[in-house]
Amino acid sequence: MNQRTSQLVSRLLMHGILIVMAIAFLLPFAWLVATSFKTNEDVGGSVLLPMGDGLFGVAWDRLNLDGYRKLFNESPIVSGLLASTFLASVTAVSATLLSSMAGYALAKLNFKGRSLATNLVLGAVIIPGPLLLAPGFVILHQMGLLDSYWGLVLPAAAPAFGVFLFRQAAMSSVPDTLIEAARIDGCGEFRIFLTVALPLLRPMVGAFMLITFLGVWTNYIGPQVVLQSPGKFPLAVVVAQLRGTYYQEYAMMMAGTLVSVLPVLVLFLLLQREFISGLTSGAVKG
Amino acid sequence: MLAPWLLLFAVFTMWPLAMAGKLAGSQTFGPGASTGVGFANFRDLAEDPLFLLACKNTVLYTLGSVFIQLPLALGLALLLNRPDIRARAWFRLIIFSPALVGAAFSSMMFAVILEKRTGLMNLLLNRLVGLDVNFPWLERHILPALIIASLWQWTGFNMVYFLAALQNVRQDLLEAARLDGAGPIRRFWLVIMPAIRPVAGFVVLLSIIGSMQLFELPYIMLSSSGGPENRGLTIVMYLFQMGFESGNLGYASAIGWVLAVVLIGLAVVQRKVSGDSEAGA
Repeated sequence: MNQRTSQLVSRLLMHGILIVMAIAFLLPFAWLVATSFKTNEDVGGSVLLPMGDGLFGVAWDRLNLDGYRKLFNESPIVSGLLASTFLASVTAVSATLLSSMAGYALAKLNFKGRSLATNLVLGAVIIPGPLLLAPGFVILHQMGLLDSYWGLVLPAAAPAFGVFLFRQAAMSSVPDTLIEAARIDGCGEFRIFLTVALPLLRPMVGAFMLITFLGVWTNYIGPQVVLQSPGKFPLAVVVAQLRGTYYQEYAMMMAGTLVSVLPVLVLFLLLQREFISGLTSGAVKG
Repeated sequence: MLAPWLLLFAVFTMWPLAMAGKLAGSQTFGPGASTGVGFANFRDLAEDPLFLLACKNTVLYTLGSVFIQLPLALGLALLLNRPDIRARAWFRLIIFSPALVGAAFSSMMFAVILEKRTGLMNLLLNRLVGLDVNFPWLERHILPALIIASLWQWTGFNMVYFLAALQNVRQDLLEAARLDGAGPIRRFWLVIMPAIRPVAGFVVLLSIIGSMQLFELPYIMLSSSGGPENRGLTIVMYLFQMGFESGNLGYASAIGWVLAVVLIGLAVVQRKVSGDSEAGA
């Protein structure tokens, strides 16, 4: 075998491996979609779509919307969608605003206690969330914030990790001379932040907002601990509870999961460039 | 400018942290009633068979995840970093996309995928290799089931980090090594590995930290329990059950501290190791 053929074979082999991997990663999604339209009896009868005499040998007429009908009629999926949208957007905006302000202040402003605050942030980044679960619950109880959205939004609006990321971003992409020039022009500190620093931090703003949105949208343990009224539950809790109540209703459970996953999947596919760059920036710069 | 963040941080991170210290030394019955018990919670933990089982399960899961997932992620990253591969962006997107699903929702998917008789996994394996369609993933083989589910979810996420790291590999060095007659394996260990080591260390740490806090996947897949004989009980699940199902927030905090000390210890060790290697280079 000469070198060209062996190169061709190895290229084909590599593409083959990747195609098999891609199919393996896509199959659970395909299964999710297919199952949400199937009857229970067809779920075990075929790997993806039920076979029959329809187009491409698929029994299209055996697929139906019963799972979706049941989902929207019998479960609080609509209030879950509204709750998740509200919680995720409010938390994403407030966490991004507060973290960018704090990160910028730690990177660029001189004030007493700055190094103490910086050490606080760096130390807090490594505190694992579950440690704060029980004491957080006690504090929310004492403040009367249990079973309210405030009890979820306020703790999530001050992430140490966000401040850490924005501090890094401000140090590397906001030049001191620009801030000095704005000060000489008589610009107030907050206006400097809004009009000079924030535009320069834009890539990190987009990425961090998306990451926070996704984190809140998929958060299960937080609402499970803080909320008590079923009418307030976000999607993660609503959908997980289907497994208890509708244990055998495969189509309904998968319809609920698909309805929850689809909006973020679409959002992130549209904004993927921003998201992936933000995801890796912590590792590459840190 | 720091004030709004600092206020919330103090109330919802520092205050809970201080209270976690106090709680760990108390026995509580719900958020209102508690009595001080000193270090009794930690002494009880050391002899609590369920806690030890949870630790064992969590550590085994973590090892399984790290040793299967990360090599796969790195392998895929190496493939997708080659300029002679077509449609790289598509492959990357497809393999990364499960990371967007979120643990609560992927648990729902895998709860159904791993069902006996009706689940995708058994149907597929039955047709491909003749596995019994009644293979009891969720009844007996829970740890492999958890490792498979998180393999699907997080491989692409780690791959993206490795891909970013591979951009630090100097092409001229690779070319020089090739001209000197170094094969692909030698090139990998001598040129690629040193260049991606800082990020690789970070990915390993991140993945251990994430795995050690496993909760939603087994909790939802096994219908709010540790499963048969608690084969799927994890540390955070035990913390949750103790604190919020039994109301013993003190005991839950003690579990939280054990977890925190281990994870922070690992982070410190990783920092030291990567710091030393940089100093040596």
